[in-house]
Amino acid sequence: MTDPAWIHAALTGARPQALGALLRYFRDLDTAEEAYQDACLRALKSWPVNGPPRDPAAWLILVGRNAALDGVRRRSRQTALPDETALSDLEDAEAPLAERLDGSQYRDDVLRLMFVCCHPDLPATQQIALALRIVSGLSVKQIARAFLVGEAAMEQRITRAKARVAAAGVPFETPGAVERAERVGAVAATLYLVFNEGYGADPAAAEARGPLCEEAIRLARLLLRLFPAEPEIMGLTALMLIQHARRAARFDADGQTVLLEDQDRTLWDPKLIAEGLALIDKAVRHRRPGPYQLQAAIAATHARAPRFEDTDWAGIERLYAALERLQPSPVVTLNRAAALSKAEGAEPALALVEPLEKALSGYFYFHGVRGALLKQLGRRAEARQAFNRAVALAGTAAEAAHIRAEIDRLGA
Amino acid sequence: MLYAVLCYDSEDVVGAWTKEQDDAVMVSLGEVQERLAAQGRLGPVARLLPTTAATTVRKGREPLVLDGPFAETKEQLLGFYVVDCDSLEQAVETAKDLARASGSAGAFELRPLRYYKAGSAGA
Repeated sequence: MTDPAWIHAALTGARPQALGALLRYFRDLDTAEEAYQDACLRALKSWPVNGPPRDPAAWLILVGRNAALDGVRRRSRQTALPDETALSDLEDAEAPLAERLDGSQYRDDVLRLMFVCCHPDLPATQQIALALRIVSGLSVKQIARAFLVGEAAMEQRITRAKARVAAAGVPFETPGAVERAERVGAVAATLYLVFNEGYGADPAAAEARGPLCEEAIRLARLLLRLFPAEPEIMGLTALMLIQHARRAARFDADGQTVLLEDQDRTLWDPKLIAEGLALIDKAVRHRRPGPYQLQAAIAATHARAPRFEDTDWAGIERLYAALERLQPSPVVTLNRAAALSKAEGAEPALALVEPLEKALSGYFYFHGVRGALLKQLGRRAEARQAFNRAVALAGTAAEAAHIRAEIDRLGA
Repeated sequence: MLYAVLCYDSEDVVGAWTKEQDDAVMVSLGEVQERLAAQGRLGPVARLLPTTAATTVRKGREPLVLDGPFAETKEQLLGFYVVDCDSLEQAVETAKDLARASGSAGAFELRPLRYYKAGSAGA
C-alpha cells in the first residue's frame, strides 16, 4: 500500500507526533517545520520505492532530524550522514527511537505542539490559524480561503502568531500535572473554536470551511487517545461528533438554515451519533460533569429523540440548569427557559426570561424566544413588539424570515 | 473450519482518510464480502468504533474498569463475543460476569460496533 492516498494519510496522521518530537529536539518551530518538510519530501521519494515504513512517525523524526543536522554539517564542511535510502530497512534504526518515543514523552510532545498553537497569549483568530497551519498541516492558501482573507494577510497573521509564541517561551521540560491539565484545557478550547469556524459556515462557505469540522474531530480523537481518562475531552469529542452528524440536515436546497425542529432526522449520520453517545456513556461513569459533557449530553438528548415531539425537554432543562451552575451566563439561562417552556409551559419560562432583558437586549435570539413565549400566553401586542426587535437584530436572512413568519402567524 | 479474520491497521492513517476515501474502501471491501456471502462462507462482519470509544475491564477478584483500549502486549487475543447491551453500564456488567467466570488473568476490551452484519456461515 504505497499509493499516493495512503502516503498522504500516513503523513497527515504522523504529523503531530513527528513535528512534536522535532520541536522538542530543535526547540524552534521554524527549524522543526523545515526538518519535517524535508522528511516528507524524502518520504514521497522513498516510500513508493522502498515500501512504507512500519512506523511512519519514527521514520519522519529520524530522517527529519538527520536532514536538519546534515544541513548544519554541510554548512560546516563536515562529513554527511548516510542517505535515508540506506535506512530503507529501518528495523534497526527505528526500534530504539520508537521505544524512546513511547508513552509519556510522545504524549507530551504532541500536547506541547498543540499547546504552542493554542497559547492563551494568542487571540482566538491567531490560535485557529496557527493550529490549522502547524498541527493539521493545512497550507496557508487553504486557511486563507477558509477565512476569506488574502494569502499574504494570512501568512502575516501566522508569522505574528509564531513570534508571539516564541516570546511567550513555552518550557520544554516535562510538564507537571497541573500544567498538563491547563494545556489540555487550552487545546480543547481551541479545537472547539476550529470546529465552530466550520460549523458556523453557511453552505456557500461550506466547501472551504467544512473540512475544519472534520479536522477538529480528528484532533480531538488524537487528544483523547493521549488522555483516555479525561471526561471533558470525551465530552468535547462527543459534542462535536453529534453536532457534525446533523450537517446534511441543517440547510435546505436554497441554502437557508433549517431549525432543529424542522430537520429531517433521517439525514443525521448514525455512525457519528453512535460514537458520540458511546463517549458520553464513558464520560458519565467518571461522575465529574463539566461544560463540554453537559453540552454534549444536551446534543445527545436531541439525537436520541426519533422526532422533535419526542424530545425529553425536562431532561434538557435539567442539563441546562446544571450548565448554568457550572458556567453562569444569560445565554445559558435563555436556553434553559426555552426548554422549560416546552416542559412546563410559557409562564414559568417567561419569568426566567424577563430578568435577562438588560444583559441580552441586543441579542436576536432573546427577542425571538421572548416573543414566542408572549404569543403563547396570548399577549399579542407585546409579542409583535418583541418579534419586530428580533427582525431588526437578525444576523442572516433566514433568521429574519423565520421571525417574519411568526409575525404573520400573529395575524392582524 | 471457521476462521476469524482480525483487521489491524494504523488508526492515525485510517482516521486521516476523508469520508470519500473511507466510503471507497468500504465499497471495495463490500464487493469481497458479497462474493463470500454468495458462497455461503461469510459469518459476522463488524467494524469497531475508534479506540477512543473503548473501555477495558481487567480481570481480577474485583474487576477493574479502565478507559481506553487494551494496551498490554504480554497477552494475546484469544476470542471475542458480540453482545447486545442497552448501555456501557450493562456492557461492563456483562464483562464482569465473564471475568468472574473465567478465573484467569487478562482483560476484556469493550468496543462499540459501528457496523455489523450477522452473516450465515456455520449457522
